[in-house]
Amino acid sequence: MAARGSRWNRFSVLRALREVAHYGVVALFAFFAAFPFLWMLITTFKQTRDLLNRGNNPFLYNEPATIENLRVLFFETQFAQWMWNTAFVGLLVVVITLALALPAGYSLARLTGRWGESLGIGIFLTYLVPPTLLFIPLSRVVANLGLQDSLWSLVLVYPSITVPFSTWLLMGFFKAIPRDLEEAAMIDGLSRFGAFVKIIVPISIAGILTVVIFTFTLVMQEFVYALTFITSSADFTISVGVPTFLVRGDVYFWGSLMAACFIASVPIAILYNLFVDRFIAGFTVGAVK
Amino acid sequence: MATVETIGIRKHFGDVVALDGVDLESKEGEFLVLLGPSGCGKTTLLRIIAGLEQPSAGDVMIGRLVVNHLPPRARHIAMVFQSYALYPHKSVFGNIAFPLKAQGMPKAERAKKVEWAATMFGIERLLGRKPRELSGGERQRVALARAMVREPNVFLLDEPLSNLDAKLRTSARNELLQFQRSVGTTTIYVTHDQVEAMGMGDRIAVMHQGKLRQLGTPQEIYDEPNDTFVAGFLGSPSMNLVEREDVIVGFRPETFLPRALSTAPRNASVRFQVRLLRVESLGSDRLLYGVLRGPSGEQQVIAKLSSTVPLPVHPGETEEFVIATRDLRFFDRDTGLRTQARSFSL
Ligand SMILES: Nc1ncnc2c1ncn2[C@@H]1O[C@H](COP(=O)(O)OP(=O)(O)O)[C@@H](O)[C@H]1O
Ligand SMILES: [Mg+2]
Repeated sequence: MAARGSRWNRFSVLRALREVAHYGVVALFAFFAAFPFLWMLITTFKQTRDLLNRGNNPFLYNEPATIENLRVLFFETQFAQWMWNTAFVGLLVVVITLALALPAGYSLARLTGRWGESLGIGIFLTYLVPPTLLFIPLSRVVANLGLQDSLWSLVLVYPSITVPFSTWLLMGFFKAIPRDLEEAAMIDGLSRFGAFVKIIVPISIAGILTVVIFTFTLVMQEFVYALTFITSSADFTISVGVPTFLVRGDVYFWGSLMAACFIASVPIAILYNLFVDRFIAGFTVGAVK
Repeated sequence: MATVETIGIRKHFGDVVALDGVDLESKEGEFLVLLGPSGCGKTTLLRIIAGLEQPSAGDVMIGRLVVNHLPPRARHIAMVFQSYALYPHKSVFGNIAFPLKAQGMPKAERAKKVEWAATMFGIERLLGRKPRELSGGERQRVALARAMVREPNVFLLDEPLSNLDAKLRTSARNELLQFQRSVGTTTIYVTHDQVEAMGMGDRIAVMHQGKLRQLGTPQEIYDEPNDTFVAGFLGSPSMNLVEREDVIVGFRPETFLPRALSTAPRNASVRFQVRLLRVESLGSDRLLYGVLRGPSGEQQVIAKLSSTVPLPVHPGETEEFVIATRDLRFFDRDTGLRTQARSFSL
């Protein structure tokens, strides 16, 4: 009896330990992912004096919380305008990217033989050329088109980064879809284009969402082009406007900077979390068998 | 309803000749089986008929009209793919309704048709499920229902049973046949399985290396093969082919009997001395493997006997085996084509 009891105990202890380890690891990763947000949120409402005093605990409000930083951000800079600019450019670039990358990726996926393969690789290679190398020639292009100092220059230039990568990514998704599916749809009464829209696109929704988020994130954080092509502050995007106005010489407006980062990154984080199941499903579930 | 006709269809993929001039004509409402080994061009021919592939040369006619220039959707055909190709993001209902929706059929009418097709294949209770929640047999029925729901003129099936296990395959075969008989739609059915072809086809078209070798009823194909390929492809075990002078002599294992069991009169039969190697029991039948000595060395032959008759011969012994003359088939040694009956030296 005693032996059995102790053996049973040992098992339950082991199991409990496993649970603890399991949740411990998950908690660690969750904390790691959420920590920057927490830090930004805390800092947003701190007084500058509190922030700069090294003796203070950085996680606590040692002085009363304040919304001064938010006031500076919204009323002493053009933050709202920059948000709008970013959303405007982001949306347009997403639309352009999808309009080009969807048909291109599909064609490459269905183009058999040597050509499809090497074209796909070639397109991906163009993605690897860094903006720091391209911004000088591209600024000539932008100037010739009369787009200096206009958001449209960004709308034009960003797809040169997003389209190759998205084409390549979508090509992978489309390749994983058996041709039988679209052929069945064509026999069932659709044109090839109809089959693409009604069958291929819905099945690739995870890939399309990935493209949307990739593109939007890129527009939010791209710096080199945004800085080179735009000079008037009313046309800045967040990534240029925020550091330009909230870092003056060696004075950092930490509270407002953190507020800006938090406000800009939360929508993306929420969007991503809403669709995370679809991403995972899209990457793992086979279509036919 | 319509017939399907192909005239001189050729198709090459680069250097690979997949179809080398195929002339085929189906009859109204028949169940036509395309039979041949893997890689002989069956799928390619079916895809050309469906319009998914363009022929390099030749015409496809459906209902006496040339349809070469028509896209698949305009040919009023339905096709079941080997993989079933169910739309993974749609429910079973959505899958079956899909062709109707593409036609622009109103919603209420659509629901009724889907109901009808689902009942026909006994899958009413699955309508709410997604394809990934179905078993292989259920998927196959959904694919059939989706193909049949809009009552096509021609029904094309590419090895639709090959993904099912053996037991399910037999019952699915019967259901499919019964169904085809009841709707009477002209059907072209691709398979590499000769048992399936013999059992299901009104007629069988035997293909080999991109060519149509023979078109006929199962009995014709079995009894009167056009060439050595057809002779060797059908039957299990297949026809014995024995070389004598400049002809190949063929005879089916079940017509090849030990003398003690043969009723053929001496003047209407041929006799061979066969050294029996081994006997294999298949339950209902026994296969006798032997060698036959000829002018050009030894040749393997197989005889098939019912298990119900006692075995008059034993492995290791040399025995006389008899074939009735009318059961002999002759083929040209060079071309493999059927030739006139003639005498030959043993
Ligand atoms: N899209 C294609 N590209 C190149 N070769 C092909 C293609 N489709 C079929 N083939 C070739 O054509 C021949 C016939 O193929 P198929 O019609 O699929 O044969 P089956 O269905 O009888 O097994 C094969 O040699 C195959 O390799
Ligand atoms: Mg095939």
